[in-house]
Amino acid sequence: MQNPIPVSQNPSVVLIPFFEGKVRAGQSRFASAAQDYEMKELDLNQLLITDPPATFIIRVATDCDSMIDVGIYPGAKLIVNRALGSKAKSSNIVIAVVDGEFVVKRLYKRFKIVRLLSENKAKAYPPIEFKDGEELMIWGVVQHVITSFT
Amino acid sequence: MLLLPSLSTVFRRVFALADVNSMYASCEEAFRPDIKGKPVVVLSNNDGCVIAQNKLAKEVLEIYMAKPFFEIREAAEKLGTVVFSSNYELYANMSNRFATILSKYSPRIEKYSIDETFLEMTGMSVDYSDYGHTMKLDVLNSIGLPICVGFGYSKTLAKLANHCAKKQPRWNGVCDLTSVSDTELDTIMQELPVSKIWGIGSRMEKRLNAVGIYDVLRLKRANPKRIRDHFGVLVERIVKELNGEVWLDMEDMLPEAKQVMSSRSFGERVSTMDKMKEAISYHASMAAERMRKKNLYANGVYVFMMNSPHDQAVFCSSSLSVGLPAPTNSTLKINEMSQAILKRIFQPGVYYQKAGVMLLDTVPAGGRQTDMFGYTERDEKSESLMSVMDKINNKYSRGTIWLASEGVDETKDWTMQRNFKSPNYTGDWGELLEVR
Repeated sequence: MQNPIPVSQNPSVVLIPFFEGKVRAGQSRFASAAQDYEMKELDLNQLLITDPPATFIIRVATDCDSMIDVGIYPGAKLIVNRALGSKAKSSNIVIAVVDGEFVVKRLYKRFKIVRLLSENKAKAYPPIEFKDGEELMIWGVVQHVITSFT
Repeated sequence: MLLLPSLSTVFRRVFALADVNSMYASCEEAFRPDIKGKPVVVLSNNDGCVIAQNKLAKEVLEIYMAKPFFEIREAAEKLGTVVFSSNYELYANMSNRFATILSKYSPRIEKYSIDETFLEMTGMSVDYSDYGHTMKLDVLNSIGLPICVGFGYSKTLAKLANHCAKKQPRWNGVCDLTSVSDTELDTIMQELPVSKIWGIGSRMEKRLNAVGIYDVLRLKRANPKRIRDHFGVLVERIVKELNGEVWLDMEDMLPEAKQVMSSRSFGERVSTMDKMKEAISYHASMAAERMRKKNLYANGVYVFMMNSPHDQAVFCSSSLSVGLPAPTNSTLKINEMSQAILKRIFQPGVYYQKAGVMLLDTVPAGGRQTDMFGYTERDEKSESLMSVMDKINNKYSRGTIWLASEGVDETKDWTMQRNFKSPNYTGDWGELLEVR
């Protein structure tokens, strides 16, 4: 009879989560309930970066006030997913390339109309319009903005 | 009892090789849409000579590779060439992203160099060509790097397929040699000189030419036994690999390439800094020794470590590369740099499965330039020390003499001339891409 062949020649290691509670001899064996939570910490990456290899962080220029109505202030840091750039939808906040420069704008797409809109009512920057045949390169979609107040 | 045969007896092995086109130049272009359509060149450390260029630069500047920068500067500027100092930090970060994206497409990947990754495709019931195009598009959309993918029944064939994908426009960047007919494959091979085969260097090419073997097909059809008698076991293996027999498994590689790498999967997972230090030290010495044997000098050091994509834990792969102030093959200097990188990328809590050291942009002895601080004297001393070290290690067993690589200083702030360096977009809060 043939010897059984293992299912996997190269089994992966299975990591088993553990809790770092200490059990001391001679003391109560009941660990504090708080110990169950010791290993859990909030990880900002988990919240902000859903697709790590495609995520880039970009800084808003200190003299750029065209998007302040949506909370994108000068000097803010933007968390941008580049992979979403090719499938950007109307109303997404995008990083686009206009005349070789990076701009952050709201994308507006309807029928054949493609525009990049600013979000600053006070200054009313005119929309950037793309006519038929003009190519608009969307570099990425802004997913989050980080503004520091201190 | 349920008997399961091993994978390779059921499925024919298939390998893929994904490779970034003009890696360094493409990394620079990914953050600079304003330079689209311009020739791009990247310089070695201290802005000495051209070490990389994009396709356009290759065409308009003809062969400027490895030429001193000051010699070509005027001509390059006239043509509107954009010049960059090498930004190894950025290239390593992009390389890491590239491999991470590919890990979605196969449970088994192997980073072969900073811009090449092998994928095991065995047993995947997909149309390889479609799959390759999906990978290509994913990498382009996610990080802006153009890649080519080749598929074949052996690593050597995958590498050959990759070459076709890159150089022959009809493949559109993805070449699957497993799907072409035997006659078509023969035609493809007949058109390629033997020098295009992985592991056949210029010296071996001449020797093969001398016995009338000029194209790949000729070598494929050669008698393996006679090839072994004349050219050795390595070339015999290449013949077998060209015939679709697997002699190089994942992790096996040929001692070739402009990058010299030493890496290995750990027998037991490594999760402590001390163990990792030892491993990196070992790989640094191995890589440096290999360089000395070939009389080559490295311009950059690249260190990487990863757990396995099989793990239930998150796939974690980190790497960093830095340029050296002057080309070197000294174990001491390469190890010092590797340890400094290790300190910056090691993450506690990760059960690492593999780590390695890669030496980048190697140049022969004549081609190196010393840096402006008069490194030379120290280098000569270090050279004689190294040759003694190699002699002892060759005479007795390897590892008779090794480095006590404990107590490495903080990352040395290497002062280097890098006048055209792009910002470290992905690694420094002060150098982020700016938008307005």
